[in-house]
Amino acid sequence: MRKKRILSLALASVTALGLLSSCGGGSGGGLLSGVQASDGGKVLNIYVWNEEFQGKFNENYPQVERLSDDKSIAYLKDGTEVHWIVNPTQDGVYQQKLDEALLKQGRAAADDRIDMFLVEADYALKYVDPEVNVALPISQLGITDADIANQYRYTLEAMTGSDGEIRGLSYQATPGMLVYRRSIAKAVLGTDDPETVGAAVADWDKFYETAEQMKAAGYYMYSGRADTARVYSNNVSAPWVKNDKTVVVDPNMMNWVDRSMEDIESGISHNVPGQWNDEWNKDMGPDSKVFCFFLPAWGLDVCIAPNVKDTAAAQDWAVCPSPQSFFWGGTWLVAANGTDNASQVRDIMLTMTADRDLLRTLAMNYGEMSNDQPLMEELAQSPDFGIELLGGQNYIGVLSDVAATVDLSNISSYDQGCVEEFQNTFGDYFNGVISLDKAKDNFEMAITERYPWLVGGGVLWP
Amino acid sequence: MENKKSSGRTVLAHVVLIILAFLCLFFFYILIVNATRSHAQLQLGFSALPGSSLLTNFKSVINDPAIPILKGIQNSLIVSGCCAAIVTYFSALTAYGIYAYDFKLKRAAFTFIMAILVMPTQVTALGFLRLITGMGLDDSLIPLIIPSIASPAVFYFMHSYMQSSLPKELIEAARIDGSQEFGTFNRIVLPIMKPAIAVQAIFTFVGSWNNYFIPALVITSKSKQTLPIMIATLRGADYMNFDMGKIYMMITIAIVPIIVIYLLLSKFIVEGVTLGGVKE
Amino acid sequence: MKNENRIKSVSYAKWGYIFILPFFLSYAIFSLIPLADTIRNSFYEYYAFGLKTVGPNWTGLSNYTSLLSSDLPKYAWNTFVMWILGFVPQIIVALVLASWFTDARLKIRGKQFFKVVIYLPNLIMASAFAMLFFALFSNAGPVNSILLRMGVVGEAIRFMESTLGARTLVGLMNFLMWFGNTTIMLMAAIMGINPSIFEAAELDGCTHIQKFFKITLPQIKPLLTYTLITSLIGGLQMFDVPQILTGGKGAPDRTTMTLIMYLNKHLQAKNYGIAGALSVFLFIISAILCWFVFKMNTDSDPDGSKSAAKRAKKGGKA
Repeated sequence: MRKKRILSLALASVTALGLLSSCGGGSGGGLLSGVQASDGGKVLNIYVWNEEFQGKFNENYPQVERLSDDKSIAYLKDGTEVHWIVNPTQDGVYQQKLDEALLKQGRAAADDRIDMFLVEADYALKYVDPEVNVALPISQLGITDADIANQYRYTLEAMTGSDGEIRGLSYQATPGMLVYRRSIAKAVLGTDDPETVGAAVADWDKFYETAEQMKAAGYYMYSGRADTARVYSNNVSAPWVKNDKTVVVDPNMMNWVDRSMEDIESGISHNVPGQWNDEWNKDMGPDSKVFCFFLPAWGLDVCIAPNVKDTAAAQDWAVCPSPQSFFWGGTWLVAANGTDNASQVRDIMLTMTADRDLLRTLAMNYGEMSNDQPLMEELAQSPDFGIELLGGQNYIGVLSDVAATVDLSNISSYDQGCVEEFQNTFGDYFNGVISLDKAKDNFEMAITERYPWLVGGGVLWP
Repeated sequence: MENKKSSGRTVLAHVVLIILAFLCLFFFYILIVNATRSHAQLQLGFSALPGSSLLTNFKSVINDPAIPILKGIQNSLIVSGCCAAIVTYFSALTAYGIYAYDFKLKRAAFTFIMAILVMPTQVTALGFLRLITGMGLDDSLIPLIIPSIASPAVFYFMHSYMQSSLPKELIEAARIDGSQEFGTFNRIVLPIMKPAIAVQAIFTFVGSWNNYFIPALVITSKSKQTLPIMIATLRGADYMNFDMGKIYMMITIAIVPIIVIYLLLSKFIVEGVTLGGVKE
Repeated sequence: MKNENRIKSVSYAKWGYIFILPFFLSYAIFSLIPLADTIRNSFYEYYAFGLKTVGPNWTGLSNYTSLLSSDLPKYAWNTFVMWILGFVPQIIVALVLASWFTDARLKIRGKQFFKVVIYLPNLIMASAFAMLFFALFSNAGPVNSILLRMGVVGEAIRFMESTLGARTLVGLMNFLMWFGNTTIMLMAAIMGINPSIFEAAELDGCTHIQKFFKITLPQIKPLLTYTLITSLIGGLQMFDVPQILTGGKGAPDRTTMTLIMYLNKHLQAKNYGIAGALSVFLFIISAILCWFVFKMNTDSDPDGSKSAAKRAKKGGKA
């Protein structure tokens, strides 16, 4: 008798729970309907995936009065506290955490709400989508076209939703370039002059002619397949996913696979598995035999510099255009729908991305390619804008040409997931663990785990 | 002849033991040495001698806002401490309820607990997450603590210990002296259970300190992360992981407190592994 | 007098219920309700679609069939292989050490020291231990650096890029973390054997080897079986070590992807339907293993069950 009662009690709670949770679900629909942007909040929460922007903000945003001891909170002059919530990008963790928080935006206390979040190009469209309505159009914040007239067009196009509204602004442009070692260039090509080296890698054919010379001299042309992956994936002919259903693998991705495998076998590539690891670091270090890296402007400061600091290679670098143009990264500031600090968010977005003095400082102090076309063109001509790491070379000129040609029309919200899974699954192929066909199978499986709604649509291979 | 053979075995035993001890300690030795070296020194390859960057690494770890390790230690201490207290108290309470009283469902209750003795918590993780989200307890330390009230294995340990060390006459005597039931448990039973409680408190503390799966699913915000979650973020590829000296230092900070506690209490802990076991 | 007695016993029974109530309440709320909810979800198509949600739509058993046609058997096999790689050396070494430690004729110096040291890795945070191994065994890490300098190898061994290497590392870590614990458990069991049996055997002229196989092993068999089962349950839950060593990818070619890592993947992706079905599979396997443990514990088996319960307490990992 009692047992039965306990059981029915348990079942009752289960049913109640079930009802509760199905209410929370619901299919699609305007997510944050009923959420309003407002002003006067005490805490301004910003979601980020690393401390890059945080550092630039803390040191340059004029309204910052002081920082907390651990630097995790910035106090503004008007008394607002800026809180930073950091989650790593890898494996979609940043997006998961951000999504969880955005879904709770409606019922969160004002000071717990997200006020601003940062996005990257390869998934930005997910948040820019007017239908999900998590990002405020900049027009609603009162930012006009005139305010952002100097920004590179592609940085605005990347954030334009299907309704034509812009929902994010960036303080940087991130065209890529080839960063090479002067000492190896001298030893193999006889000169470290950027013009000459640039000519020796002007397209892929020339690049590989030079690579053969490097190999013959006992050097590696580049570090690993992940370095070139971006150059190939930026030069595809169509978006990854067609009609939210079918994954279409671009022929250029398979070119990357074939080329990388050849380079591993011939020893042109140093076969480092991926980036941001110990080996990649060592390849940039003073004892390395690796000739060049494909990096954007921020890569000089973030990747190269820490590995050669106070060593013989501290000024052993120079830059020239990559054989094919590409971009890497780029951080956009997005105002969250439901923010309770709308005017501060507006000011941060405008100051950090459109204030010429601040952008000049970013360029001078961080080697940043700032998002101000006329300013960059001016700096490209300036003889005293050279940085020590590059032995005094002015790299802005190299980059501003590329920036004008960056095309994001084939990018979609699937890019991060597809590119990441593609590199992961083919990594096993490069390591000789599995066959090419198995790698393709694994990619198909991984992609449907990540995006369950693509299960029926299949994957088309070139 | 017999002697020679025996001494041969002794030598063999010592050699094997030394190899195993070496295996157990070697990795921690590298860890601690590397934690004293700078990123640049580490890039030059392994060296058996400690470097001079111990303090630098330590400072850069505790000053890193991306991985607030002091906060992590604090969260881990709260969760592990509360778990140890709750697990031992309620397991003893449950065991006492079943050991000392006669009631209709006594056998059924005991059988049920024995049936779920080793049921993994992972199999209900999905429902658990949905439940605590529904309760508004997601991203909170509470769901890492409260469910440990029901710890079948600790219950079983306490129950076995009571059978060997808690005479029922004692309970009877307390009643005659007019002691209330809860009073008897708190004032008379708990002190007798001290050795069992101490051992289980230590093991629960360590288990909870090291727990990763459920906390990683429950906790979302940085300020509530426990140590294992922070350690796991080191594995993620990002530029903040460039400083290898810092990484070794973080692992050291996560591991060393437990090693120190263990060394202080080692005799007690090693004996505790089999306490209440076959020797009694 | 009689009456008073009855009142007394009734009121005491009440206390029994009160004392066990928190346990059962907590278990019902945090385990039984979630279990029911998990099972319920396994019959629905229900997942997060970016910032939107698809479902829940009733789909019957389709989550189960799609799981069975996926690589699930492979992950079960991976889990099993990595468990074996740790368990076999663990049980062999533990048996040998336990018989040495309990052999009165063998004078082992620093016995206490060795016991303390071999038990040490059992207390180390598995995630930190895995992160440590990841750093130590990386292609440019200290282990390769030492091997290269000693001239053992010509070029760096890419431990984590081969199936054998990655699985062996996981097995090695599991071995290191558990052999000390098992040794101490087995020691207690061996010391529980009636010494007169050994004395009689010695009088009969038995060798050490004979004594070990003819007396020790049969006598501690129940505990060995118990260790096996609880370790299997621990193995089934294998997660921290391979998850962190491979960054959740189960590299290479998912040959180190365990069942719980796979579950974690779906939980993180908020695919409730598939995660539910997978949980149900795991629940069934666990229930079978639980039944074995239950049988062994409730059979009266004086030489092992209690100390074995201790083992079960830590059954969590292995």
